[in-house]
Amino acid sequence: MTTFTPDASRALDGPDWLVRRRTAAAERLADLTWPTSREEIWRYSAIDDFDPERFSPVPTEELGAPGVEGAPGGGLLAAEAGDRSGLVVVRNGRVVHHELDPALEAKGVHVCDLATCAAGEAEPWLGMCSDASPDAFTELHDAFLAGGAFVHVPAGVVVDTPIVVLHWSHGEGRASFPHTLVVAEEAAQVAVVDRFSSAGGPHLVDAVVELVLGDGANVRYLSVQEHGPHTWQVALQRAHLARDAVLRSSAVALGGDYARLRNESRLEGSGAESDLLAVYFGDGTQVHDFRTLQDHAAPHTRSNLLFKGAVEDDARSVYSGMVRLRPEAQRSEAYQTNRNLVLSEGAGAESIPNLEIEANDVKCSHASTVGPVDDDQRYYLATRGIPPEEADRLIVMGFFEDVIARLPVRSLVDPLRGAVTRKIEHRGHPHG
Amino acid sequence: MSSRLVISGLRASVDGFEILRGVDLEVGSGEVHVVMGPNGSGKSTLSHVIMGRGDYAVTEGSVALDGEELLTLPTWQRAARGLFLAMQYPVAVPGVPVGELVAAAARTRGDDPAAYADRVTAEAQRLAVTDEFLTRGVNDDFSGGEQKRMETLQLAVLTPKIAVLDEIDSGLDVDALRDVARRVEAMTTEDDLGVLAITHYNRLLLGLRPDRIHVLMGGRIVASGGPELAGQLEETGYEGLAADLGVEEITLERPREVDPFAEPGF
Repeated sequence: MTTFTPDASRALDGPDWLVRRRTAAAERLADLTWPTSREEIWRYSAIDDFDPERFSPVPTEELGAPGVEGAPGGGLLAAEAGDRSGLVVVRNGRVVHHELDPALEAKGVHVCDLATCAAGEAEPWLGMCSDASPDAFTELHDAFLAGGAFVHVPAGVVVDTPIVVLHWSHGEGRASFPHTLVVAEEAAQVAVVDRFSSAGGPHLVDAVVELVLGDGANVRYLSVQEHGPHTWQVALQRAHLARDAVLRSSAVALGGDYARLRNESRLEGSGAESDLLAVYFGDGTQVHDFRTLQDHAAPHTRSNLLFKGAVEDDARSVYSGMVRLRPEAQRSEAYQTNRNLVLSEGAGAESIPNLEIEANDVKCSHASTVGPVDDDQRYYLATRGIPPEEADRLIVMGFFEDVIARLPVRSLVDPLRGAVTRKIEHRGHPHG
Repeated sequence: MSSRLVISGLRASVDGFEILRGVDLEVGSGEVHVVMGPNGSGKSTLSHVIMGRGDYAVTEGSVALDGEELLTLPTWQRAARGLFLAMQYPVAVPGVPVGELVAAAARTRGDDPAAYADRVTAEAQRLAVTDEFLTRGVNDDFSGGEQKRMETLQLAVLTPKIAVLDEIDSGLDVDALRDVARRVEAMTTEDDLGVLAITHYNRLLLGLRPDRIHVLMGGRIVASGGPELAGQLEETGYEGLAADLGVEEITLERPREVDPFAEPGF
């Protein structure tokens, strides 16, 4: 590689601990062979079309000095998020604005840039989840990580109103490395909305989201991906849950050219519980690619995954999910459901659920469907005088409704339902 | 304005097998016609052919509403002209509550969805449909009685000219049957609704007060008469009536394909 070199990595600024972390990753990256679709985890992906030479990291001068600017608008979603207790704006991976309700600040809640927050507060937490699940893109991410949103909620503190993080990536041929690190310590509660969006030109977004849940912590996390039509996203979202922690996580993916998300949840403490929801909708030639892992490593843990997607025009989607119940995960429950609607003949969806059960006293199920809109449902609606296009809109919205209604941030349910509706109403006019 | 549905010489088949073999029927506004027939006589086919379901091929005949041929129109346009089908097995549409469904129908008609929402509330009360069934996806995990109440609710909200009720009396208890029959009966007098009810039981007739009874056998209407025909059927049964009329083919048996590789039977 000529663009993502150790020298390019060393040219970025930041605190010593972050420079050391980047340099180590850049050196590993230099020795790394880029993956291909022959590897199972990359099967059905677009990795063979990926040419790292097409992209280069955003240099320090363009990133601008770390520090606080005025909030640059915040976009539609920030406005629609209604009440919020905090806001972080991240541009090309670097935090350019952050604010937090002073009452929460007084309770010790911190919302800041993980690179620059006081006393290296983020250092011990950074990589806690992602280092346990590395791949070529997390190495690339770690080699060029210039900052990111850090949300730290100390033990026992409750943040009722969501903290909103807006990641904006831009620059043709550039690569950016957004990072969100949420730490909810013992019995802390927090809701975080993470919005990823990008400009229209070709851009690589290599993102990592880490969710660290201490004993009895409760985190609601909603990510919304509305990238531009020529953005390549390769992202990891990984959560570690301690004893009795509860995670309600959901992803809404609407944008991008190729948008991959590894969505992983590791249940490390007894009684931990993880809900993983997703809605995805691709049109044009979009590819949405999800790899999920429900990793049960403690007894009495519970996970429930429901991913629902639609593809139309020539879009493709991939769902490949793994439920792993390790020997120590006795009396655990794990459920995995993936359902896909294929709305055009040229579109396609892959659905590959997997189970790996090493404990004998567990409850486990998986279900997966791929199919077109049901003709009987269309006919039923037609007998009420509803024309086929309108019937399809109703059926598709209805299909998504059980996930949308359960999205963990109530104030965003209606705006996101609207975003999905707009996608449906574009039918036959991709990117029109 | 008074409406009239005229079915004449209607023949239809599925996969090349003829199920309707020349059906003539007329239903006018405010009239209640009941088509009775044994299982396999072609009753459900008749309702779906009238409504235009894709898997039936119409080979001859006409279905016209107020002089306009419907057979060339897609299902939704037949409904838009004033036809309604209450299904024997209503299809579940998960995530689409009835309110959204009728709002979509209202928008297609260019009507105000808000007015329809008010009617849904009023009809729910009249038909004892609880809130739970208004918020859930229509027919999603509904019992037979709940489904038929919901079909009747939509019928009452959408106020078509002519309603085809396909075995609306099957799969529901007596309370639901009474509520459904009463509501339909009221529509025939208050809204001048024309009804073509298809059934193989007698029990629907008690609530509906039919004007005409038609007996369907072997894909044809073999007898038509006043309400007394139902009484006659009760006594003789379909076989007795067929014998009286000299009808040989009561039900339509599809020729069974012989599988040469099947294991020999016992």
